[in-house]
Amino acid sequence: MTVLLEARHLIKHFRGVQAVNGIDLALPAGRCFGLLGPNGAGKTTTVELLEGIQEPTSGTIRYRGEPLGPRFRQDIGIMFQSTALQDYVTGRENLRMFGSFYHRTLPLAELSEACALGEFLDRDTRKLSGGQRQRLLLAIALVNDPELIFLDEPTTGLDPQARRNFWELIHQIKGRGKTILLTTHYMEEAYHLCDEIAIMDHGRIIAQGAPRELLAAHFDDVVLQLPLADFPNPAPPLSLTVLRGRDTVEIFTANVDAAIQELRARDISLARLQIRPRTLEDLFLELTGRELRA
Amino acid sequence: MSFKRFWAVFVCRNREFLRDRSTMTWNLLFPVSLIAGFAVAFSGPGLALYKVGMLSTVDGGSGNDFFQTRYIQFIPVADLPTALPKVERHQLDMLVDPAGRRYWINEESPKGYVLERILRGAGAQTDFNKQTVSGRVIRYVDWVAPGILAMNMMFSCLFGVGYVIVRYRKNGMLKRLKATPLTPLEFLSAQVASRLWLILATTALVFAGTDGLIGFPMHGSYLDLFTVFLVGAISLISLGLIVAARTTSEEVAAGLLNALSWPMTFLSGVWFSLEGVHPVLQQCAQLAPLTHIIEAARAVMIDGVGLAAISGHLLALTAMSIGFMAVGAWLFRWE
Ligand SMILES: Nc1ncnc2c1ncn2[C@@H]1O[C@H](COP(=O)(O)OP(=O)(O)OP(=O)(O)O)[C@@H](O)[C@H]1O
Ligand SMILES: [Mg+2]
Repeated sequence: MTVLLEARHLIKHFRGVQAVNGIDLALPAGRCFGLLGPNGAGKTTTVELLEGIQEPTSGTIRYRGEPLGPRFRQDIGIMFQSTALQDYVTGRENLRMFGSFYHRTLPLAELSEACALGEFLDRDTRKLSGGQRQRLLLAIALVNDPELIFLDEPTTGLDPQARRNFWELIHQIKGRGKTILLTTHYMEEAYHLCDEIAIMDHGRIIAQGAPRELLAAHFDDVVLQLPLADFPNPAPPLSLTVLRGRDTVEIFTANVDAAIQELRARDISLARLQIRPRTLEDLFLELTGRELRA
Repeated sequence: MSFKRFWAVFVCRNREFLRDRSTMTWNLLFPVSLIAGFAVAFSGPGLALYKVGMLSTVDGGSGNDFFQTRYIQFIPVADLPTALPKVERHQLDMLVDPAGRRYWINEESPKGYVLERILRGAGAQTDFNKQTVSGRVIRYVDWVAPGILAMNMMFSCLFGVGYVIVRYRKNGMLKRLKATPLTPLEFLSAQVASRLWLILATTALVFAGTDGLIGFPMHGSYLDLFTVFLVGAISLISLGLIVAARTTSEEVAAGLLNALSWPMTFLSGVWFSLEGVHPVLQQCAQLAPLTHIIEAARAVMIDGVGLAAISGHLLALTAMSIGFMAVGAWLFRWE
């Protein structure tokens, strides 16, 4: 598998803040790579270093084995976490302007169709809703039919329907052999879209791998969930790990049969028992010790 | 440098300006109304220079033609106790009681001093022969109009480029452009070109508008005047580029631009002639592009000179443009 973009020992220090603290990354061509982490972990900084927008304090970045140059600029598409567009200019005019910066461009109709810009393509960009803006920004990122696409929290602010459509679009882009680097706070999104994820905290990567493999490597248990009302208070002595939430109790066990027997022995009703597998969310909490906020 | 990329940014910037109706209207109406206002204020018999309070009316035979002097406004007053404080407070320059052959002035008042000299006929030099200036009659408004046109252009150049680029930087638009193959040179030249033609077009409109309203003298060639404004606008826009090169806050940019534009406004002789101003200030004024624009524009419009006569100004403006642009491009950062 060829490596499209490779970073070694990336470090970025701001005055008093070590935003990125020694990161090594390799983006294989044609894959979707996810960067997860709590607020302030250094995701945006890492992505902007890789995009060549910020200069690293130290470390090297290579695209197809070479330092970032004009070829790289032609080949990439970027969607920032937040971007302003020119006032008094429509989406169509924006797409035309950005399109004219590149040697190769996608037809406007195709972009508009893919990002569902239809009804607001000719509207002043100041008058777009948050989600519409987001879709236009994605279209701008795709205007040059990029080989490598950077998406920093692309679905923040989208409604569930729009998010599903976005996932569908990402699948299509991947289907055309493109490489994607995205950051997200939605674990479900990372699980659905990414072939490989890296979890960051305090400027470092603390876990990396395919989502399923990461879960398998960190967890060998499942979660039993009971409504809080069905669980005695104070809790009876149990040999199981119990986590009391706001309205549910979660019990972690690798042996479901034994756990259920133990709960039955304490006369706890299992009528409303639910069993769920471990998710990326669990992994994230375990690794960062923090609640992930969307 | 790709012309395609330059053109795309140029077109988009023009759209933004042309669609922003309020800014556009302001750019056109403000200078027209300013010059028209001056024309009204300075037309007619002329403003009185002096105010003299009269305790009683002058009988026809008082025989003093002081009371016929032009540019002195004679104001009847009721009595001495109410009128005297007005002289003390410079509201009246002099108080006269023709019947009592008395007058009062404030010893601190320069105008009172001059009036006294006139009244007493002091220093009458009868052996001087009067000569009249035989030349074109120039109204104050004719003299001030090129200055106001240039001043308006200056604000539009400085703020229209400087402020706008800082706004783009602050809201992240420049960062987005940095992520594309667009180069700083393409971006900056598109901004300059867009502002340049818009300013020349609006200045031409303002010129035509005010000319229609009050009528300018135009003794030189329109092409020469256009050259002055063209070279001048380029130098002012380049000055704006320096301010915009790195500033990230609109407040700082506005402060810097004001710090540049207001002293220039006062130093460059927009409102009053620099004759007799301290020589150091006159030297400083030569460093301001606006001075050269205004002097050259006045020379063309009022004196009707050709390009050769104003080549010094044009050269100075060109040199400044090159210097400012080099510094601006060197300092420029997308972020
Ligand atoms: N230009 C800057 N100057 C100083 N500090 C910065 C700058 N940019 C980022 N930081 C700091 O670096 C750290 C990492 O920021 P970064 O934006 O990369 O986080 P993030 O993981 O993208 O967070 P979020 O999920 O909130 O978007 C933060 O502590 C932030 O305050
Ligand atoms: Mg971020």
